[in-house]
Amino acid sequence: MSTEKSRLQRVFEWHEARLPLVGFIDHAVGTKYPAPKNLNYFWNFGFLAGFMLITMILTGIFLAMNYTGNVHMAFDSVERIMRDVNFGWLIRYMHANGASFFFIVVYIHVFRGLYYGSYKSPREVLWWIGVIIMIVMMATAFMGYVLPWGQMSFWGATVITNLFSVIPVVGKMITTLLWGGFSVDNPLLNRFFALHFLLPFVILGLVFLHIWALHIPGSNNPLGIEVATGDKIPFHPYYTAKDAFGLGVFMLFYFGMVFWFPNALGDPVNYVKANPLVTPASIVPEWYLLPFYAMVRSIPNALIGVAAMFGSLIVLFFLPWLDTSRIRSATFRPIYRILFWVLLLNMFVLGWCGAQHPEGLPLILSRIGTFWYFFHMFVLLPVVGWIETPKPLPASISQPVMPAFKPAE
Amino acid sequence: MRKVLIGAVAAFALSLPFAALASEAEIHIPKEDWSFYGVLGKFDKQQVQRGFQVYKEVCSACHSVQYLAFRNLADLGYSEAQVKTLAATYEVQDGPDEAGDMFKRKAKASDYFPKPFANDNAARASNGGALPPDLSLMTKAREGGPDYVYHLLLGYEDQPPAGVTLSPGMSYNKFFPGHQIAMAKQIQDGLLDFADGSPNDAPHIAKDVTAFLHWVAEPKLEARHDTGVRVILYTLLFTILAFLVKRHIWARLDK
Repeated sequence: MSTEKSRLQRVFEWHEARLPLVGFIDHAVGTKYPAPKNLNYFWNFGFLAGFMLITMILTGIFLAMNYTGNVHMAFDSVERIMRDVNFGWLIRYMHANGASFFFIVVYIHVFRGLYYGSYKSPREVLWWIGVIIMIVMMATAFMGYVLPWGQMSFWGATVITNLFSVIPVVGKMITTLLWGGFSVDNPLLNRFFALHFLLPFVILGLVFLHIWALHIPGSNNPLGIEVATGDKIPFHPYYTAKDAFGLGVFMLFYFGMVFWFPNALGDPVNYVKANPLVTPASIVPEWYLLPFYAMVRSIPNALIGVAAMFGSLIVLFFLPWLDTSRIRSATFRPIYRILFWVLLLNMFVLGWCGAQHPEGLPLILSRIGTFWYFFHMFVLLPVVGWIETPKPLPASISQPVMPAFKPAE
Repeated sequence: MRKVLIGAVAAFALSLPFAALASEAEIHIPKEDWSFYGVLGKFDKQQVQRGFQVYKEVCSACHSVQYLAFRNLADLGYSEAQVKTLAATYEVQDGPDEAGDMFKRKAKASDYFPKPFANDNAARASNGGALPPDLSLMTKAREGGPDYVYHLLLGYEDQPPAGVTLSPGMSYNKFFPGHQIAMAKQIQDGLLDFADGSPNDAPHIAKDVTAFLHWVAEPKLEARHDTGVRVILYTLLFTILAFLVKRHIWARLDK
């Protein structure tokens, strides 16, 4: 093999010297990003979230080419996409189910962070950006659900936008601004369409910040301890290969849903055109917002309920300080580990309650669940951090836990 | 890692009883076998054609199928000429003509099925105040889907259970939420004779018309299943290869 560089390589190097595009990617998620060698499959979900964001943007652009943002035509235009647009059914089902899978992936990503203490110093800002991304995602998903202008679109929009009206002084003004009038109607649909198109690109920008903030301290790991340079491996090819395999498994689930159960996660009522004169038997948001919906309905006072709902997300910003333990991974925190699973179960219970009529058992459970959520955040996290005796930490990620100290005899 | 997985499964399993609790109070809809269910599920074109006959001769008196165009019938195996002939038996409004008047003309293959009533008010006026819903998306727009529609059509009781008083003009139906339905019982044994001589007892008629309605609601179902099988096979191959590549690359670390 000659050592002479090929013409193509010289052109490439000439360009890289002026704008290192490939070098940038190589540093971000390539051979120049050293990652701990012990990352488990829960670290796949960041990549999967990025994959879903791109999937949603691409399918969304093609949907927008065929969608009409007008209250008289929106529902019909969606049906036209389903029936007459080439592969329109595929694009729409990928987008509608994609929203659910995006949230599944992101929620696992968030709970992975909670379990392994990825929000703790020095990753607070990385965590903040992640929380902002999740909140913007929720807003985007909610507005997207309004666009088909079915019954649940309309009534969901009515309930959620009315939540803002309980805020003192400015509440009514915010609601009127969201509506662009005095009820949920065409102006709201128009601005939600515009915002639903815009926000994914805001998320894309935030993802860049998220990855940037990740690269300052580097990835956390299942043991939550600092990683020696010798225990790191380049992201590419090791984690690109691992992510590719994870992506394959994920796509089997995603496509299984898209092709065989495309409406299983949606509410049948949304296949009925919006009708302001007919209220559906029960108004429920999509599953990924149910835990928060349960919180808002669990509190009799509307203002406190709305404050609890938004507060449940805002509190996440303070997690790095509410958790007083300096041990990151729950593997070494016997009490916190139990609390983590209780919190996760609590979210499932709240999610179930959110889909029920707020009376009887669901109401009691959602009150307990809402209380527990904040009790966990504001009381248990700090207190457990103080009183808990962590298990001994290993000296490095390539070494098992240090042998127990045996006094010499 | 294993502990985390066990925990995740446990949390999910513990939440299942709540999901089961949810459906207790609701009306139980028995499951039916449909040719369009399953991995490779397809419409039984003969059945859907029979269902179309039921719609045309019975349901269409009150219910529209606004998203169904005559041209769509070609998917059921009708020839272009048959579709044109059928369309020509319907009249649609067109216009305005040069004089500015609306006029009636024979429907073309590109036209949508005309609605039985000029507007919702006219529909209500002819149906005792109740609005017969459009059926284009019916099997997707109700909890229970095709199973619900099928059982609703057969779920009428001549006498309501003791203690239930029906409002005037209402019928008792086991499967309708609230049990009082404005539509009277329509599907009966021998209601019509099928062109292909198939059995015309009430369950068969209900089954056929439900299959037709599901075809109207989900016309791309067969393409979806076909594409799905190919996509899953490709993804499976990709996943296996990705797994082998991953194992091969990570083996370097053990050296």
